[in-house]
Amino acid sequence: MKNLILLILLILYGCNDQKTIAQEYNSQAFTILNFEELKPYLNKNDDKTYIINFWATWCAPCVKELPYFEDVTKTYNTNQVEVILVSLDFPKQFESKLKPFIISKKIQSRVIALNDMDMNSWIPQVDESWSGAIPATIIYNRTKRKFYEKSFTERELRSELEQFLNLK
Amino acid sequence: MKTIKTFLMVIGVLAGLSFTSVSDNPGYDIGDIATDFKLKNIDGNMVSLSDYKEAKGFIVIFTCNTCPYAVAYEDRIVALDKKYASKGYPVIAIMPNNTEVKPEDSMEHMQARAKAKGFTFPYLMDEGQKIYPQYGATKTPHVYLLQKTQKGNQVKYIGAIDDNYQDAAAVNVKYLEDAVDALLAGKEIKETKTRAIGCTIKL
Repeated sequence: MKNLILLILLILYGCNDQKTIAQEYNSQAFTILNFEELKPYLNKNDDKTYIINFWATWCAPCVKELPYFEDVTKTYNTNQVEVILVSLDFPKQFESKLKPFIISKKIQSRVIALNDMDMNSWIPQVDESWSGAIPATIIYNRTKRKFYEKSFTERELRSELEQFLNLK
Repeated sequence: MKTIKTFLMVIGVLAGLSFTSVSDNPGYDIGDIATDFKLKNIDGNMVSLSDYKEAKGFIVIFTCNTCPYAVAYEDRIVALDKKYASKGYPVIAIMPNNTEVKPEDSMEHMQARAKAKGFTFPYLMDEGQKIYPQYGATKTPHVYLLQKTQKGNQVKYIGAIDDNYQDAAAVNVKYLEDAVDALLAGKEIKETKTRAIGCTIKL
C-alpha cells in the first residue's frame, strides 16, 4: 500500500513538474494557520523583537503601511527583528488575491494567512483592547509588549521599534 | 503675566489630554444613553431616532460600501430589518467614512448600493463624521443595539452580527439576533459585547 502511494506520488511528480513548482512557491509565499497555531508566534521568548501586523490586501491603510514593515525586514538582521504579516484576507481569496499580491509586491517578510472564523474568541487573545479594526500591530520582545490599533507612518514605526531595541 | 502663562500651560495640557482622549475614546458602554442624530438618508430626507414613535428600539449599524466585511453582511442586514422592523427594532445604517478618502462611499454610491441590494432601511451619511465617535465605533460593520427607555435610547449590545462573516449558512451563534430576541422577551442578554474583524473607519 505504501509503495503504491509512493508510486502514485512519483508519477504525479514526474508528470506534473510545473504544478509541483507552483505548489512549492505557494507554501513559501504564505502559511495558512488557525488561531491556536498562530498563538506561539505572538508569545515567543527569545532574543528577537517581533512585529506582528494584522492586515489584508483589501485594507487600504494596511497596504499603505506595508512597505514600512518591509523596510524593517530588509534593514534589520533576522535574528534581531522579525516581521510577521498576518493576513485576514478571505480564505476563498488566498489563491486569487493574497498570493498574487505577495508575489507582485515581492514581499520579503513572513506571511501567515489566519483562517479562523471564531473571531470573538481570538480577537481578545491578541489584545484585550482590540476592537477588531485593522490595521493592528503588536511589537514585543522578552521585556516589553505594546499593541497598536492604528496605522503607522514610516517614522512612527521606526521610533516605536527603536524603543524596543534600546530596552534589550 | 505669570498667571497667564500658567493658565496657558494648563490649557495646553488639557488640550493635549483631550486630544489623546479623542483617539482613545471608548465611546458607549452597555447601559449608556446613546445620542440621537439628524442625518441625511439616501432618499434626501433627514432621519432621527426620534422620528420612530412606534419603535421599541433600534439596530444601529455602522457600515459602508467599500469594506469587504460590511459587504459580506449586506444580505444579513436586510434580513435583520425584515425580521425585526415589524417587531419594533428597525435597522438604521450609518456610513461613517470620510468620502474624500473613500470616494466609493459617497452619497451617490450609497444610493446605488442600497438600490442594488434592496435596502429596506435608512442608509445615512455621517456628514462631518460627528456621530460615530460619540458611539465609539471603530470599524465597519459595528453594531449598537438600542432600547427605548424613559431616559433615552439605552445601549444594550455592542459588536458583531454573528460569528461567521464568511458564510451565513455556517453561523453558529447569532449574537445580535439573540440580543434582540432577549429584549423582546424581556430577558437578560447573555453576551452583551462581542468582537469581529472590520475595516477601520476612514478619517
